[in-house]
Amino acid sequence: MSVQTWTWIIVGITFALYFGIAIWARAGSTKEFYVAGGGVSPLANGMATAADWMSAASFISMAGIISFAGYDGSVYLLGWTGGYVLLALLLAPYLRKFGKFTVPDFIGDRYYSNGARTVAIICALIVSFTYVAGQMRGVGIVFSQFLQVEIIWGVAIGMCIVLVFAFLGGMKGITYTQVAQYCVLIFAFMVPAFFISFQMTGDVIPQIGMGGTLEDGTYLLDKLDSLHTQLGFKEYTTGSKSTWDVFAITLALMVGTAGLPHVIVRFFTVPKVKDARKSAGYALFLIAILYTTAPAISVFSRTNLIETVSETKYSEIPEWFKNWENTGLIAWTDKNGDGKIQYIAGNALDGKKPVYTETRGIYGERMIANASAARNELYVDRDIMVLANPEIAGLPNWVIALVAAGGLAAALSTAAGLLLVISTSISHDLIKKQIKPDISDKGELMWARASIFVAILISGYFGINPPGFVAATVALAFGLAAASFFPAIILGIFDKRMNKEGAISGMVVGIILMLFYMMKYKLDMFGGGTKEDWWFGTSPEGFGTVAMIVNVVISLVVSRVTAAPPKDVVDIVESIRIPSGAGEASVH
Amino acid sequence: MSESKNAKKYWKENLKYLAILLVIWFVVSYGCGILFREELNQYRLGGFKLGFWFAQQGSIYVFVILIFVYVRLMNKLDKKYGYDEE
Repeated sequence: MSVQTWTWIIVGITFALYFGIAIWARAGSTKEFYVAGGGVSPLANGMATAADWMSAASFISMAGIISFAGYDGSVYLLGWTGGYVLLALLLAPYLRKFGKFTVPDFIGDRYYSNGARTVAIICALIVSFTYVAGQMRGVGIVFSQFLQVEIIWGVAIGMCIVLVFAFLGGMKGITYTQVAQYCVLIFAFMVPAFFISFQMTGDVIPQIGMGGTLEDGTYLLDKLDSLHTQLGFKEYTTGSKSTWDVFAITLALMVGTAGLPHVIVRFFTVPKVKDARKSAGYALFLIAILYTTAPAISVFSRTNLIETVSETKYSEIPEWFKNWENTGLIAWTDKNGDGKIQYIAGNALDGKKPVYTETRGIYGERMIANASAARNELYVDRDIMVLANPEIAGLPNWVIALVAAGGLAAALSTAAGLLLVISTSISHDLIKKQIKPDISDKGELMWARASIFVAILISGYFGINPPGFVAATVALAFGLAAASFFPAIILGIFDKRMNKEGAISGMVVGIILMLFYMMKYKLDMFGGGTKEDWWFGTSPEGFGTVAMIVNVVISLVVSRVTAAPPKDVVDIVESIRIPSGAGEASVH
Repeated sequence: MSESKNAKKYWKENLKYLAILLVIWFVVSYGCGILFREELNQYRLGGFKLGFWFAQQGSIYVFVILIFVYVRLMNKLDKKYGYDEE
């Protein structure tokens, strides 16, 4: 059977499964809608958290980014896993004990002020919207790549699916669908990895194969390092970012992970404090399976790519190369006229993407208008490393189809989790807590469903017409979370003396500083600037670390010169420090 | 022992555990994987340079272990102070 038939079959089966679960797990109350009734088992919650967490970016892009960045890619691996240690040790148990529905709930109550609550709502919305637009785009790309439908239809199908299970089931529907989606995505990620690892190194386990030897007895990583050096690239295992920048980016990603509202809210769904701790452990274990496999895939696919294309005649290149060239993710120009592909260091293009001219060259290659003067002849989009890996390694068609279903599962599960945060922020934090406190449970549920509907429409629009800044800002959503939520929550638990003046001024200064830096150096506003102008040599991706430190310092200083928090707030802090008597998450 | 004293002692021990676990967390990821990676890269673990292994594999394994150690320690601590719920 062809890849396309297989893809329709596998994607169809998984979608039917998600629908079935959505109908089975309908939500009847706000409590079921927001926190799945508070009765999810730690393992199920761990799986749901893992699926929620691993987005289209983790599944499709991360291995590709690492395979081009080598050691520098470690920032993502460390940052997106190490944050769970912070989450498990410093946040999850206490927030579970606190026992409300959302992060703004905690901030609003702990800092006894609707002003703090509003700041938290705004931060949650900014972070969630930048993130969800990227997911919808991911759904569109997978559909268009594998099923040859227009991106707009791909996004529309994705929107309908998410709508059904988020709208009907709220957190309950989302949680159980995510459990299924975790199984699909991890299976889809691991199967090709096993195959390729075995093919290249004789070890089935990719984590071991990565450090294994090739047929001729040399270590795979040594081979890759020497290929890189020969072709003029930086050594794969060394990298080129400064140590400080690697440090700052890693810390910003870790702290940002622990501060993301759609991740934190998952720990409100388990019955007890004990379960919240255990659940974080399961979540990280399940995430680590993918995150330790991804760097191995990067090494395999990088080596495969270089060995397949370097100095190969275009006329003898395998079929997959031309397929991806046709979809615009590969471009080649025969700069020295020898008919062979020279893949060496340097940008093959002027600008980031190839501009095709609709004509074909003498070998049948697609001609491009923006070839650069550099000697490198080949442009390869990083996203194809995971998507094309099974084809490059010559794996069976059903494995290739599986990858499409996995990518969709990853994107849909993350989108659903984020949409729920957006709808809760509006129906619960804004309407119930601030505008209309006497609203009935039914009325609140209606608001929750209405806002999820609107949020899906907005994110779908961004998925079809992605604003240029989305790609640049998804990674920065972590910086924003690090600069705003994380210090306010941590200080709220560990510093009894922290008061509303301190927390609010810290959050406001933190997020504004981060937004300013991001706009200045990413979007060229406020006069822009280049690498040389970065403060302390910190990239915008790593600046969350600096903004977070500023937030903490300001919070501490301001809180010490203003009035201490009232007695009942100090009592709240004392009570969340003790695990027993958590009860169920409730509206109070 | 009064309830509030009990709670204070519990919190102190909790903080001690957190400090130890977070030091390990920091040393493994930021120490071995980032700050001292060049020194460690002189040693090897099979085909891996050691610093590189910590950055792309080892730290993640340690993270998982840390959380489960924390879960065990805290369950014991909860029991000791009578805060466990079964």
